[in-house]
Amino acid sequence: MPLILTDDQQMIRDSAEGFFKDEAPVSQHRSLRDSKDAAGFSRDVWAKMAEMGFAGVLVPEAHGGADMGHVAAGIILEAMGKNLSAAPMLSTAVLGATALKQGTAEQQAKYLPLIAQGAHLLALAADEAARHKPNHVATTAAPSGNGFKLNGVKGFVLDGAAADTLIVAARTGGDVGDTAGITLFLVNPKSDGVSVDRRSMVDSRGAARVTLADVQVDGADVLGGVGEGFAILEKMLDAGRACLAAEMLGVSGTSFTMTVDYIKQREQFGQKIGSFQALQHRAAHLFCEVELARSATLKALQALDECSDRTPMYVSLAKAKAGEVAILASNEGVQMHGGIGMTDEYDIGFFMKRARAAQETFGDAAFHSDRIARTLGY
Amino acid sequence: MADLETFRAETRAWLEANCPPEMREPIRDDDDVCWGGRGVKFKNEAQKLWLERMGAKGWTVPEWPSAYGGGGLSREEAKVLSEEMRRIKARSALSSFGIWMLGPALLKYGNEAQKLEHLPKIARGEIRWCQGYSEPGAGSDLASLRTSAEDKGDHYLVNGSKVWTSYADKADWIFCLVRTDPAAPKHLGISFLLFDMASEGVSTSPIKLISGSSPFCQTFFDNVKVPKENLMGVPGKGWDIAKYLLTHERDMIGGSDSTGGGQRDSVSNIAKRLIGLDAAILADTALRTDIARHEINALAFGLTMERVLAETKSGQGTGALSSMLKYYGTELNKERMELLMSIRGSDGLVWEGEEKGEGDLARSWLRSRANSIEGGTSEVQLNIIAKRVLDLPGA
Repeated sequence: MPLILTDDQQMIRDSAEGFFKDEAPVSQHRSLRDSKDAAGFSRDVWAKMAEMGFAGVLVPEAHGGADMGHVAAGIILEAMGKNLSAAPMLSTAVLGATALKQGTAEQQAKYLPLIAQGAHLLALAADEAARHKPNHVATTAAPSGNGFKLNGVKGFVLDGAAADTLIVAARTGGDVGDTAGITLFLVNPKSDGVSVDRRSMVDSRGAARVTLADVQVDGADVLGGVGEGFAILEKMLDAGRACLAAEMLGVSGTSFTMTVDYIKQREQFGQKIGSFQALQHRAAHLFCEVELARSATLKALQALDECSDRTPMYVSLAKAKAGEVAILASNEGVQMHGGIGMTDEYDIGFFMKRARAAQETFGDAAFHSDRIARTLGY
Repeated sequence: MADLETFRAETRAWLEANCPPEMREPIRDDDDVCWGGRGVKFKNEAQKLWLERMGAKGWTVPEWPSAYGGGGLSREEAKVLSEEMRRIKARSALSSFGIWMLGPALLKYGNEAQKLEHLPKIARGEIRWCQGYSEPGAGSDLASLRTSAEDKGDHYLVNGSKVWTSYADKADWIFCLVRTDPAAPKHLGISFLLFDMASEGVSTSPIKLISGSSPFCQTFFDNVKVPKENLMGVPGKGWDIAKYLLTHERDMIGGSDSTGGGQRDSVSNIAKRLIGLDAAILADTALRTDIARHEINALAFGLTMERVLAETKSGQGTGALSSMLKYYGTELNKERMELLMSIRGSDGLVWEGEEKGEGDLARSWLRSRANSIEGGTSEVQLNIIAKRVLDLPGA
C-alpha cells in the first residue's frame, strides 16, 4: 500500500478537522478544565462523534459501526490532537472496540453496537506500575463461584471515572512479569468491592485509580481465553499506541504552526524574531522531525489495517518517534514564545501538558526503543 | 498492459543475450565502475562491450528521447528495464555526471544544437563531464562566484578557479558557472557555460582530504577561450539552472547516503556480530540505547522518503522537500558512521594494516563528514526550509 492517504481517507481527514475545530476547539478544553468537569470531556461532543461514525470507526458494520479502519481512527485522533479535543475516543472507540472484537459472539453483540452509538464507555484497567509495563500484573483473579474474585489496585485508568465497563487485566496463573496467565475481565464499576477514584492529570484529562477488593466477576465476563489475555491486551495497546502517535502528531502540528506564526509576528531588537537564524534553524529542524513522525505514524496505522507481522515494530516506531517529536515541538513552542508561552492565558502550554501525558501513556520513547531493539533481535 | 508485458519479454531476452556474464557480478573495486570518456580505460572487454551495446540502444539513458541518443522509453518501460536489469543483477553500464546532472539541465534549458551535440555523446559514454560550481571564495555563498567570462565578440574569455571539481583531472568537458555581468546583482550576472577541458589555459590539481586521496580537484582557468554558442540558456540566467541542478544533486546525496535502500547492513546487525548478545540483549547496553535511537530515526527517515515519493507520484506533493531529505539523510549517515566507529572501538582506528580493507572504516567515517557540507551544507538546507517552506522573514 503506498504510504499516502487514499481519497476516502483524505475526505475523512477534512471532515474530522472541520468537526473538531468547530465542536471541540482548545477553548472547550480550557473551559472543561476551569469548570473541573467530572468526566473531563463533553458528552454532547461524544454524541455528535457517534453520529459522525467516529465512535464506531473500528466497529464492524454488522454491529452498526462505520468500520473505517486504523488509518481513519488515526486521522480522527490527529484532528483531536490539533485541537486538544477531549473525548473517550481512545478508551472506548479504539481500546474498547479492539478488545470487544476479540470477545464471544454474545459479548460482541452486547457491546459493539453500544460503542458505535456512543452509548457505552469503556476503560482499560491494566497498568499497575507507574512506568508502563503491561506484563507487570499483580492483581489476582481467583476461582470463585461460577467465576472469579478479583483483588488488586490499578493506576492510570484513562476515563476510568466515566466508564460503564472496565476491562481489567488480572492474573489467573503465573508470576508477576509473566505474559502467560493474564486474563481480561469485563467489570461493572458499580459492582461491590470496586472503588474508582478520579484523579485529574496535568493535561486536565481524567485518569482513575481503581481498587478491586473481592470483586466477584461472572465467568461469562471473561474476555478471551483464561490465562490468554496478554495477546488481546497487546492488540489493544498497539492500536492505542498508534492512535496516540497520531494524536501526538496533531499536538506537534499545532504547536509547530502556532510557534512559526508567532515568530513571524513578534518583534524584538526592531525586527521579527523569525528572521533570526538561531530560531529559523530550530524551526526548520522541527519541520523535518514532524515529517518523520508523520511517516512513521501512517506506516503503523497501515500495518494495523493490513494485520502485518511487523505491526509491533512499526507501532513502537511511531509511538517512540511521535512522542519524542511532540515533546520537542511543544517545548520548542514554549521556549520560542518566551514569557507569554509560560502564561496560563496562552494556549501553547496546554499542548506541552498533553504531549507529556500522551508520551507517558502506554510506553514512552524509551520503552518503545527497547521494544524495537528486542523486535530486531538486539 | 499487454504491450508492457511484450516489452518485458523482449527486454529480458535482449539482456540475456547481450549482458556479458562478468557484468552480472557484484561491483568490487572502483575500476568496476565505468565512467566512459575519451581517455576511458576499460577494465576488460566485457565492460567495453556492455557500454557499447547499452549505449547503442540508448538504454544508458532509457527515458531520454531517441533523437538525442536516449532509449525513448516511457516511465513504465524504463521501470521494466530497471527491474529486468536488477533481476539478472546487471551492473549499470555507465556512471556519469552527464547523465545525472548535465543531461536533465540540457533537456530543460539547452538549445537544439546543444542537445544534438552533447546528449548522444553522454548517452554513449564518449564524453565525460565535470561540474564547475564552488570556488575558493564561494562555498555556501555560491552566488558570489567570481570566475569571469568576458565577452570578446565571437568568444568568452574565462579566468578564475573552481574547487571541489570531482574528477576534473579525468573529465573531457566541464559545465561551469561563470560571471558574465560583473555589474549586475550577484544572482543575475551568472551564466552557464560548457567547454572542453582540453582547451588551452585549463589546468587541474588534485585535493587530498582528511580521509586520504579523493576525486576532488581544484581547477584553474587562465585566459580560456570559449565559443559563444557554448553558453547554455540565457546569459545572466545561469543561477536558475544552477538551482535546478543543485536540487538534483541534493536528492542524490540525501537519498544515497541515508537508508541504503536495504543494501547496507543495519547498525544493529553489525553491532550484533561484533559485540554479541547477552540474554538476547546487545552486550553493551549503553551503546544499545544509542543504536536503537539511531535506527528509529533511520527507519522513520526511510519511510519519509517512501512517503514523499508516493506523494509526488500521486500529485499530493508537499514540495520543496529535497532540502529536508538532504539535511536529514546526511546527518543520519554521519551518525551511523560515528556509531560504527564506536562499535568497532580501537579496531576502527586502524589506518593501515596488513589485511585488505583495514583502514576502510576510518576512511569512510572521515569521508562521511563531508556529506553535510557538499551539495549545500546542512545550515544552508535549514535556511532554505526556513525561507521556502516555512516562509520565515529574511534577516
